[in-house]
Amino acid sequence: MKELLKRIYRDKITLCATIVLVALYIAILFADFLAIYPENFSDRKLSYAPPSNIYVIDMEGKLSKPYTYNYVKSFDSKTLNITFKEDKSQKHYINFFKDGKLISTDSDGRLFLLGTDINGRDNYSRLLYGGQISLTIGFLALFVSFPLGLMYGGISGYFGGKTDLVMMRVAEAIMSIPSFYLLIILASILPSSMTSAQRFALIVVILAFIGWAGFARVVRGMVLSIKNEDYVKSAKILGASDFRIIWKHILPQTSSYVIVAITLSVPSYILAESGLSFLGLGIQQPDASWGNMLKEAQEFTNIISRPWLLAPGGLIFIAVLSFNLLGDTIRDYLDPKGKLS
Amino acid sequence: MSPVDPLAELKLNPAISPATIEHETKRLGLDKPIYVQYIYWAKNFVKGDMGTTTSGELVSTKLKERAGNTLLLSFCVIVATWLVGIPLGVVAALNFKKTADRLILFFATIGMAIPSFFLAVLCLIFAQKTGAFPIGNLTSSNFYSLSFFGKFIDIAHHLVLPVFVLTVISAGSLIRQMRANLLDTLDSDYVKFARAKGLPEHVVIVKHALKNAINPMITLLGFEFAGLLSGAALTEYIFQYPGLGRLILEAVMKSDINLVMASLMIGSFMLVLGNLIADILLKVTDPRIKS
Repeated sequence: MKELLKRIYRDKITLCATIVLVALYIAILFADFLAIYPENFSDRKLSYAPPSNIYVIDMEGKLSKPYTYNYVKSFDSKTLNITFKEDKSQKHYINFFKDGKLISTDSDGRLFLLGTDINGRDNYSRLLYGGQISLTIGFLALFVSFPLGLMYGGISGYFGGKTDLVMMRVAEAIMSIPSFYLLIILASILPSSMTSAQRFALIVVILAFIGWAGFARVVRGMVLSIKNEDYVKSAKILGASDFRIIWKHILPQTSSYVIVAITLSVPSYILAESGLSFLGLGIQQPDASWGNMLKEAQEFTNIISRPWLLAPGGLIFIAVLSFNLLGDTIRDYLDPKGKLS
Repeated sequence: MSPVDPLAELKLNPAISPATIEHETKRLGLDKPIYVQYIYWAKNFVKGDMGTTTSGELVSTKLKERAGNTLLLSFCVIVATWLVGIPLGVVAALNFKKTADRLILFFATIGMAIPSFFLAVLCLIFAQKTGAFPIGNLTSSNFYSLSFFGKFIDIAHHLVLPVFVLTVISAGSLIRQMRANLLDTLDSDYVKFARAKGLPEHVVIVKHALKNAINPMITLLGFEFAGLLSGAALTEYIFQYPGLGRLILEAVMKSDINLVMASLMIGSFMLVLGNLIADILLKVTDPRIKS
């Protein structure tokens, strides 16, 4: 472990990736403190407002406490254009560390660091709350799929024979369905009347269901070779139960593969969730997730005149990139010859 | 299993009498338990009858057209990734730990991290702003009036963006794999021997190292195809490309059960077939593999 940390510290790119990931997780952990508005705060008059400008130099050219102006929406009925103008009559000063928030303005002021969405909700705050879902759902799915895959592969490989034959055909049947097709079909079965917590849990289960089969197959292959080792035979002679042998003697031998596979598969879970939510089959409004926030980028007018709506896509990219880079370093460390995976 | 009621629309329509609905329920076999319904479906499927979609078309005709389009897209992407991935992987391996190697790896890592739908959306912006590429569908509206050559150009023009997006996404892993394989073979005894024999460097690389390094890539072909079927779904959806992935998505949204089931089967069939072809290719290229 110490060796691994040293390795991460030495490689500058991996170090950057790790720092980015830690920062992202700290940000979503303290989302309530960092966010300016609650998740579902909306100002219906200010839908699609651009990011607010923050001024530190006032009209007279003097340095001042940072302040911002509110936007006023105006609609030109001839050209059908919506324009936002700053209402320069009223300054709204920005407060730091007030009322349990890092940044806030007075109650009439509106500070939208990354603009707003169609409902006038603050994009920046929702990015933080959305990250709470997007960045954790992958890990939760791993906690379901990996124990399942380990046990399944372990039992199948250890008992061999007919058990193995049946179990592996089942796993292969699942693997033969294109994973994304299966994903959208399973997600579409979910009834729309569920609470958001139930929906979240079921999406975790669905994501896990997609991933376990391939993993189980590799574990089975490793178990097949491990079970002929002498220490397994001696454990058997000593009278250990089958379950104990699988759990205590065989599966620990696969741990380095498991760790490598886990770190390398987190990004694919993140991508799968955001893809699902992007299509409207994953996390539903009003809950935020990076995927369903990016859903607004499906409209042409939005991507061309409101580029701030693309921010969640950038964050998904950064998170996945960092996980990949970190995963590579961990793999190089645990599996220097590339024998696993 | 599905909570969707195929007759929901009819039931909500006050102009349709309960007797008609009962008749329809009987006709579609919806009054029978779920496993009986499934057996009906499976029997018909094996016979080649996939039923009709909710809009009345035959599922099989619709699938034929869409599956062909997805195969075309996947084929183009696989060709493009190999054309890009193999040379870049070779260049990276030959310049091990030099600038070119780092640069190529950097782009490969970035390509692997971009969500396909995000890149597709960015490409749409580009297409919209420059007007250089058509958006949506596989053919232009005047497709049937074009000459054969014109048709070919038209389809190619429509394919550029989807192929580009999917190539960027999938070339990354190919580059890295190729680089790792070639590094492995360059380190092997027979390459050292070929060098010691005094063969010129390009002969050593092309004739001895490269040949052996490419072999394992063929197994990857099957995986790549599987990944493409999944990855293409989102890209097809965004570019409004008439492929299997978009068909299944639309079917799911409309809860068109016959269409969903059949396209899922066809998708799986294509995946298994792709893997089979990769295995056969490997057997052809690598004489060491014997049954």
